[in-house]
Amino acid sequence: MRRGLLASGIIALLALPWMRQRMESAMIVHMLVQIPLLAGMGALMATALPERWQSSLRAWNGNGVSGTLMALGASTWWMVPRALDSALASPAMEVAKFVTLPLLVGAPLSLSWSRLGGMGRGFMIANVLPMWAVVGWLYVAAPVRVCNFYLVEQQTTAGAGLLASSIALAVAVGCLAFRSRPSSSAA
Amino acid sequence: MRSVPWMRTAVASLVICAAGGALAWRGTDGFRAFTTEQARRLAIARRPRALPVVALDDQNGQPFTLASYRGAPLAVDFIYTQCVSVCTRLSASFERLDRAERARAAGGGNRLRLVTITFDPRDTPEQLRAYASRYRADGRDWRFARVHDARELPSLLGAFGITVIPDGRGDFQHNAAVHVVDAEGRLARVLDIDADPRDVVRTLAESRR
Repeated sequence: MRRGLLASGIIALLALPWMRQRMESAMIVHMLVQIPLLAGMGALMATALPERWQSSLRAWNGNGVSGTLMALGASTWWMVPRALDSALASPAMEVAKFVTLPLLVGAPLSLSWSRLGGMGRGFMIANVLPMWAVVGWLYVAAPVRVCNFYLVEQQTTAGAGLLASSIALAVAVGCLAFRSRPSSSAA
Repeated sequence: MRSVPWMRTAVASLVICAAGGALAWRGTDGFRAFTTEQARRLAIARRPRALPVVALDDQNGQPFTLASYRGAPLAVDFIYTQCVSVCTRLSASFERLDRAERARAAGGGNRLRLVTITFDPRDTPEQLRAYASRYRADGRDWRFARVHDARELPSLLGAFGITVIPDGRGDFQHNAAVHVVDAEGRLARVLDIDADPRDVVRTLAESRR
């Protein structure tokens, strides 16, 4: 319960006009801080769901498949340059961003990840990280400005940030793969 | 009854994919517009847009409006005179077009007229004149204009779909394109900087007949 309140409080804080203006004026903060934070708060909220609700959701989310699909689809949308622009241009899209990132990305992912099998997780990691890296590389290398609301330099920084964070995550995943040894090779 | 939970998940997944696909289709105009600029071009091509009547002053300080060009198509672009990047490409493209159209008019044809509008409130008629001479424009068939009342600039830019952001160092970033206004005075097409608007003008003229 307390986690749910904390998450809603942080979302409300992020929604303050002053805060939004700060975070959205730089593309890299918009993409790599605000959006992940909103999704993260949704994940936190989901852990505070009463067990009864969680179990009825589980019936529709066998092995976490449908929840993962939902999170994958909704998060991909918010990587489209036009979607970023639209959140800045239209209040309705901004509201949609603040609602869908916690509810359709963070929450379903948190309810699904632990139930997704090893293959599902591997599939997600192996797809999402290269996708980020490619989007980042495109933003760095593209000769065109993809967002009407951001300067070219901002696009380049955001692209470099995406590229760097996807590499960092890939390294982290790699380290984990080394660390957690399968039981068969135990001493 | 082990198949029941599996069925529900399958149904949920299908619904998610269908809804997500439908939303993505709508949100990207059938997977054709992933950027605001592509979306603007598609929307305008599909439904030509009426333009507000905004008082302009040309490089000689003469007042006029885009509506005064009605009856013949017109190509419009947006620049600022201090620009050293994309505007120079745009103006070079207009210069090529101007030269070709001048030759055509000399042969007795109707030429396509051009208007270049600055969105920089600092640009004066003198600067516009200097800019015009840099691209060897005659100032009649290719005119250079600023908005008479700066408060009307946002509505003009909004109607065309031009977003201008100051970069804080005295320069601007803006979407650059060639805008074709049809004989009815509507914004009918938005083209790449280097595209030749005359093909579009011909198509528009044919569709009118």
